[in-house]
Amino acid sequence: MNIALSITKTIHDWLYSIMPETAAMYAEMVLIALVYLGIFAVAGLFLVLLERRVAAWFQLRIGPNRVGFQGLLQTMADAIKLLSKELTGTDKADKFLYNLAPYFVIISSLMALSVFPFTQEFQAFDINIGIFFLIAVSSIGVIGILLGGWSSNNKFAMIGAMRSGVQTISYELSIGLSLLTMVLITGSLQLSEIVEVQKSGWLIVQGHIPAIIAFMIYMIAGTAETNRAPFDMVEAESELGAGFHTEYSGMKFAYFFLAEFINMFIIAAIATTVFFGAWLSPFGITESIPVLGVFWFLLKALILVFLMMWFRWTFPRLRVDQLLTLEWKYLLPLNLANIVIMALLVWHNLTISF
Amino acid sequence: MERIIFYCLAAVIIAFGIASVTSRKMLRSVVYLSFVLISIAGIFFLVDYNFLAAIQLTVYAGGIVVLIIFSVLLVHHIEMELEMAKASKKIVTALACLVGLGVFLTVIYSYDFKVINNSLTTSTADIGAGLLSYGSGGFILPFEVISVLLLAAMIGAIVIAKGKKLTENNNQSQ
Repeated sequence: MNIALSITKTIHDWLYSIMPETAAMYAEMVLIALVYLGIFAVAGLFLVLLERRVAAWFQLRIGPNRVGFQGLLQTMADAIKLLSKELTGTDKADKFLYNLAPYFVIISSLMALSVFPFTQEFQAFDINIGIFFLIAVSSIGVIGILLGGWSSNNKFAMIGAMRSGVQTISYELSIGLSLLTMVLITGSLQLSEIVEVQKSGWLIVQGHIPAIIAFMIYMIAGTAETNRAPFDMVEAESELGAGFHTEYSGMKFAYFFLAEFINMFIIAAIATTVFFGAWLSPFGITESIPVLGVFWFLLKALILVFLMMWFRWTFPRLRVDQLLTLEWKYLLPLNLANIVIMALLVWHNLTISF
Repeated sequence: MERIIFYCLAAVIIAFGIASVTSRKMLRSVVYLSFVLISIAGIFFLVDYNFLAAIQLTVYAGGIVVLIIFSVLLVHHIEMELEMAKASKKIVTALACLVGLGVFLTVIYSYDFKVINNSLTTSTADIGAGLLSYGSGGFILPFEVISVLLLAAMIGAIVIAKGKKLTENNNQSQ
């Protein structure tokens, strides 16, 4: 087993200089775990706040602006409130599965977070099958939703879970195929190598027309995969209460909620890495300062997150049959044709690279 | 370190494997099964077969288990419990399992495993080249056979799903 865990070279060297090798290895593992848990919590809370502010902006309201500067501590306060709330549950629920379900969702999104190249060095787990690993891990999260919906012993939760299952399984196909289209250009699944290829132009520029089509399909499928509006039949308030997490309260509900927002970030981060050059700056303007990679990565990811929020507050909700028609009759054939076009482009060297 | 992780994974696999066949609640045993499958993916990660591990996660943990959960969701109520099997059935199953275990153990202990010091992980390019090569050690024939099988399965699924509509259309055209 040679899992190359690393945060940055400086911290790595510093740890190995003050400790014996085994201790330093364990210390590094613990440090990475803590850093990523920190990113997870902060990003989740911040995204919830962002969503509320964006929603308010779209609806000509002000949104949360009292707790802290411009409401920055609002979601922090919400989290503390949720921590102190009573954990309720249904009487005849399957308690074991009921308690297990949130962890499936949250662990799968936490695992996916570990492979993103935030800068050249700040990437915890540079596995050689990068993108495939992301798809594999994100396919597990749906188990949590299905279990949560079934074990609550509630009809609405059950219907929500079934819808979620249908939706996630269908749209996973589109996500996989649209990412595969881009892998044709890079010739590698490893995320660091994908970034390396993009030093001669971001992939969305290199692959021009088919890449833009792939990006559009990816964003639609990604929005559906995270169960967000306009594809949020899973928790359609007007029909199902709160959908699969109707019976959850307190911190268990917060796990589902946080995981949903982190998944949104993950979808945006995958798009950033594969289409927009991850930590690479536009035209290489800050190439001499590698630390700024984090800034560029987060900027690109947040723009894409904003795009998804924009979808949410612009489009009305689809019906289940419309959702499945969109995937199986439009996106999937389009995607397959797109892959063939991209293969032809790569074969005849028609990609644009600087 | 690797040894500790291996024993942890092995313990998880055995414990949840037993739990999966003894649990009388159907969905719980499916979840235990998914733990077993995920731990097997962990073992593949441990021996650096990253690609196989990811396949294990997508196909088994992400695909098949979700399908099983789906069918359980459709047919099973939360308060139902599985029936206990008859004593005669239990004995027959136990014997079959013991025979299987015997075959398994003899194969493992009689095979001469070679230890490789510096292992290299298989890259996706190697796997792709292997699947499409028709020289010695190539897998082009099984690859093609499987693709034909999948095509047949897909057509079959469409025919079953459309079933009544298709036959009605045919009758009308006659």
